[in-house]
Amino acid sequence: MSNIKPRVRIPKSAKKGEVVEIKTLIEHKMETGQRKDKQGNKIPRKIVNRFECKFNGKLVLASDWHPAVSANPYLAFHFRAEDSGEFEFRWVEDGGAEFTKKAKLTVS
Amino acid sequence: MGNTPRKYALVGLVLAMAAGAAGTAVAEEKKDWGAYKVGDKRSGYTYAAPETRAMQDDNFQNPAMLWAEAGEELWNKVDGEAGKSCASCHKTPDSMKGVAVSYPKYVAAKKGLENLEQRINRCRTENMKAKEWKYESKELLGMTVFVRHQSLGMPVNVKVDGEYAPFFEKGKAFYNQRRGQLDMACKHCHEDFAGTQIRANLLSQGQGNGFPLYRLKWSGVGSLHRRFRGCNKQVRSTPYGYGSDEYLALELYVMWRGQGLPIETPAVRN
Repeated sequence: MSNIKPRVRIPKSAKKGEVVEIKTLIEHKMETGQRKDKQGNKIPRKIVNRFECKFNGKLVLASDWHPAVSANPYLAFHFRAEDSGEFEFRWVEDGGAEFTKKAKLTVS
Repeated sequence: MGNTPRKYALVGLVLAMAAGAAGTAVAEEKKDWGAYKVGDKRSGYTYAAPETRAMQDDNFQNPAMLWAEAGEELWNKVDGEAGKSCASCHKTPDSMKGVAVSYPKYVAAKKGLENLEQRINRCRTENMKAKEWKYESKELLGMTVFVRHQSLGMPVNVKVDGEYAPFFEKGKAFYNQRRGQLDMACKHCHEDFAGTQIRANLLSQGQGNGFPLYRLKWSGVGSLHRRFRGCNKQVRSTPYGYGSDEYLALELYVMWRGQGLPIETPAVRN
């Protein structure tokens, strides 16, 4: 799974106290562990099981994901901008692999 | 006799429900679909759920854009013995603007039709001296999505006269031919009953302008020929192969049915 690319869209700048929308998407098959291959063997589960978003090191949102979450999961949420800083987004896959992305927000 | 009023009540309820359903159907009919409706031709967009339409409208939310991005990367990637990439000859992707609207096209050397997937592969084998991409592979889907996406919003404009005429007739015959154990033709769903429910699904006109598209059921992007195969299997007939002459003729006919509808690639459907 080398070509997994997370994508994030946030506004570059915001006014102090403004509520901004943050959109995230990660390309992932989200193999549920319930399918079988042509030989009848179970395909092992491999999903993104956790998503975290930190702002300046402080946890903003964390979410545990389960096999019912669709492939290529999209997540959008709102954030009140008070200070400038950097977001750090982290997706954790079964088996411990991590995908991260950073994005800066300037508050005026 | 005691249950007569109840019966009337039940009939009343059924009528009310029918009226309610008709009411929403009329509301949908009357809605201004803009470019997505040309004459009585309606893009599959107009049959999709509002949430699905929202996914398509937002390039970020549209998961098929991942395929388009893969195609964009491949555009600049050198491959094959000739040491070329798409960009070596075609320069920027803008040069592909308007290309998608006229496919499938007649190719004299082949004495037959060729769709965009096959055109891309011909470019690879003839000009790049590279290996063909497999039908439905991420590479071929990605490049097809990327090339078609350059023509976003431009009206479909396929030729059906001249050397196209025999293929058009063949496609039309395919469209109206009953097939499979269910003995159904394409037209039974997509012409006679478009806009009505087939179990939980709303039947569309079966337009091809959004392909290759992201289908939620597939959790991925698929080509028009994949959709043809699915439809054929659903009426329990044996599907034809990807890129087969039968499906190329059908592709021409289906694209002609949607003549004038905007290219929506990559669309999102249920």
